[in-house]
Amino acid sequence: MGFSNIIVVDNLPVVPPEKYEKLENVVRKIYSQIGVIKEGGLWMPTHPETKKTYGYCFIEYNTPQEAELAREKTNGYKLDKSHIFAVNMFDDFEKYMKVPDEWAPAEIKPYTPGENLLKWLTDDKARDQFVIRAGTFTEVYWNDARRAMPELVYQKQYWTDSYIQWSPLGTHLATVHRQGAQVWGGDDKFVRLMRFAHPQVKLIDFSPGEKYLITYSSQEPSNPRDTHRVVLNIFDVRTGKVMRDFKGSADDFTTGGNMGVSGVSWPIFRWGGGRDDKYFARLGKNVISVYETDTFSLIDKKSLKVENVVDFSWSPTDPIISLFVPELGGGNQPARVSLVQIPGKEEIRQKNLFSVSDCKMYWQNNGEYLAVQVDRYTKTKKSIYTGFELFRIKERDIPIEVFELENKNDKIIAFAWEPKGHRFAVIHGDGPKPDISFYTMKAVNNNVSRVSKLTTLKGKQANALFWSPAGRFIVLAGLKGFNGQLEFFNVDDLETMATGEHFMATDIMWDPTGRFLATAVTSVHEMENGFQIWSFNGKLIYKISKDHFYQFQWRPRPPSLLTPEKEEDISKNLKRYSKKYEQEDLDVSNQVGELERKRRTQLQEEWQGWVAKWKQLHEEERAYRMELRGGEESDKEEEAEYKEIEAEELVDVTEEIVAFDLDQE
Amino acid sequence: MRPVLMKGHERPLTFLKYNRDGDLLFSCAKDHTPTVWYASNGDRLGTYRGHNGALWSCDVSCHSTRLITGSADQTAKLWDVQTGRELFTFRFVAPARSVDFAIGDHLAVITTDSFMGKTPTAQVKRIAEDLQDQTEESALVISGITGRINRAVWGPGNRTIITAGEDATIRIWDSETGKLLKESDKEAGHQKAISSLSKSLDWSHFLTGSLDKSAKLWDARTLTLIKTYVTELPVNAVDMSPTLDNVVIGGGQDAMNVTMTDRRAGKFEAKFFHKILQEEIGGVKGHFGPINALAFNPDGKRFSSGGEDGYVRLHHFDPEYFNIKMLQLR
Repeated sequence: MGFSNIIVVDNLPVVPPEKYEKLENVVRKIYSQIGVIKEGGLWMPTHPETKKTYGYCFIEYNTPQEAELAREKTNGYKLDKSHIFAVNMFDDFEKYMKVPDEWAPAEIKPYTPGENLLKWLTDDKARDQFVIRAGTFTEVYWNDARRAMPELVYQKQYWTDSYIQWSPLGTHLATVHRQGAQVWGGDDKFVRLMRFAHPQVKLIDFSPGEKYLITYSSQEPSNPRDTHRVVLNIFDVRTGKVMRDFKGSADDFTTGGNMGVSGVSWPIFRWGGGRDDKYFARLGKNVISVYETDTFSLIDKKSLKVENVVDFSWSPTDPIISLFVPELGGGNQPARVSLVQIPGKEEIRQKNLFSVSDCKMYWQNNGEYLAVQVDRYTKTKKSIYTGFELFRIKERDIPIEVFELENKNDKIIAFAWEPKGHRFAVIHGDGPKPDISFYTMKAVNNNVSRVSKLTTLKGKQANALFWSPAGRFIVLAGLKGFNGQLEFFNVDDLETMATGEHFMATDIMWDPTGRFLATAVTSVHEMENGFQIWSFNGKLIYKISKDHFYQFQWRPRPPSLLTPEKEEDISKNLKRYSKKYEQEDLDVSNQVGELERKRRTQLQEEWQGWVAKWKQLHEEERAYRMELRGGEESDKEEEAEYKEIEAEELVDVTEEIVAFDLDQE
Repeated sequence: MRPVLMKGHERPLTFLKYNRDGDLLFSCAKDHTPTVWYASNGDRLGTYRGHNGALWSCDVSCHSTRLITGSADQTAKLWDVQTGRELFTFRFVAPARSVDFAIGDHLAVITTDSFMGKTPTAQVKRIAEDLQDQTEESALVISGITGRINRAVWGPGNRTIITAGEDATIRIWDSETGKLLKESDKEAGHQKAISSLSKSLDWSHFLTGSLDKSAKLWDARTLTLIKTYVTELPVNAVDMSPTLDNVVIGGGQDAMNVTMTDRRAGKFEAKFFHKILQEEIGGVKGHFGPINALAFNPDGKRFSSGGEDGYVRLHHFDPEYFNIKMLQLR
């Protein structure tokens, strides 16, 4: 039983007994606003001789949470110019008193070699891993497509309290528990690499380069009229050290600016500037707060002020932010999209937009293009039509091209850029079977790059787009109401490779190489839980049922170490490289065939053993059975005898007199 | 194979049985009226009227003269197959469920459910040649089982009675003394209620289907577990082909337990497994609801399925079915 619900408030005015009651009332008023002060919990000691106060007091609450909150809120509170509250937890005094006077150097621990965290990338069969969570188990498997089965790497029951997540480059697996988060990794077993303490943590997020981990918790307030208390910690993944924390009420962290949307959208902090993990930013009221990881504080110590900003988005590769400000004053101030360069915060491109009802921003994954989908009201305000502003980020002056579908009244159901490519796909239309159109950004017209349509597929049962991470191929999927229709489409040749179906599929995920597709039915549905693995061209390789199926996640891969020139060389000479692997594949499948044959022969032989035994017993009991049947010899259970009976039926009898020509003999 | 659809029952099917010659098919359903059909074309021959409750199972004597039925109206009845006349009623104090004639048709085992404090029983009744001599007296009563007994059948040579039911355990009893001889292994056996049981023609082994989404093959004399077939849905009905090494398994979740609204129409499957290799070889879709009854025709060329949707479907196998070679690899 500690004193964790008591705080010490220092730097109070030193007052004589006459002013004592007034000071006490002031202090009580301040501190009872934050929590309920225990009965007799306010004590301002006085000097026994002078009767003046010492200048500090003790306040006792009912719970440590209230005390902690009071400390936070009032530490640094200016009562007046010369009295600024210094508030501490009572327990902290003891802690600081214990610091020894002598400095003792830290003990040097012997070197223990770390785990090889990248071992999984050296699989000689070049397989990818994935993790699944079903029931109480979390299991990591190799996707062994050659043998059409998953091979278990590691499994553990109750590995996590809530969910699991790979780090963005696949090095770690993070688990979430009541006391905080943990990361695991290693060669074949998963050892715990680091713990991150954060009680009641609910959500986590890695920085793209895996240097940092952000954890988030939201506490129920003790007073129901208050908002939730939010705590965010940013940890250094390797050392486990807290680099920065953010605390506040849930209101401080809700996005939506002036739209008054309540509720936190995760991740609250969005990382920017590619894999260097240099910047992270969040949306606030009329500001975008951008922090740099050199100092873990705001760039130039202040946020970027953008009046009425409602949304922003980082380029995936460069330190550029795109942001959107909606229309104001009934059209007096138009909406606008801006691109801002970080850290300088210069606006490098912007465009005003008119009659905007809504806006969505889509970055292509190499940071080359930004598509801004703009929904506009027609003049009558009765219907909405959609246009796109296409920014070519890497070209000089960032040209913007305005683009509309052939039928601009078509509702946009989905939009997706081709990863690493120059194309995009759009699902559009109002009926039950929308159309899907493909466009390229690289059609040239008068030396200027223009967007141009490649094709439109009409009347498809699809409502979601899944490009292969390597580009070139796409899966057109019909989720929810379409019950798991899948179409595997080749965008280079503009033709369908195959169609398939995973009834009731809820999630569709490509492996990081783009060779395989996983489709899953999670526990959102009561039955048919499990997942299926397909090849990129639509061949079903295997399926696994798992009851209470919660999560499926491919293990991400770090970017290739090959230079673009080397990659092109391999592409060109693919036949030469693939010969070697084709032979290997053939060997493996022959092996599989051999093993399978052996297994089947063995099962057959075993069965023949049973059959022979049964036959023998059956024979032995034949006499007994005859008796049961009252002497009947019919044991004909196994063979039915079909006798063919010739039946002769008299059809007709007629008499005909035939004349004989006796002369013609 | 285009199936013949037989809609004669108003309520879900519960049981199907072919006679030994394979020319008649008997169906039981929750609608009180067992029905007999021509097995070749699905034409309905007639119905047996007299029960006041759902029918749970039936059996037919080896010369197709007598039919015995078990019903929720707490009776089991004997009928003349050809005329439909009700010959005799066995009355019980609880709903009757499973019925099975012994070899020779002079004995039948009938099970009763637990009801108003009475525990489930399996009762042996003598079936007289001459109706005049028929009594309701039980030759043997097996009790002491706590879960509902879904199926009770005669073992090889009528020496034993095999029971299976809600408590997922199969038991072999001595048919003379009623003594418990064997119990199935709890670990290896079914983990949820056993819904169905089908004997091989020579009584040497039998197949059980369970709500634990699997079917298991057992030796009838030693109760050794020989094979397990795993499916994705709770199993309601099973049967073994009389001529080939196949088994058929059917099931699906009970309509009452389903919370999903988007069900596939007509996609409930009867799944066929290779009996020895335990692998799925194919399926026949078509029912609009869970499959509750399955039966192979004794000629091995046809089979019928009965569903929650009230339909009986009669299927002829395609020629390819007879040519499935499992030793050939892809």
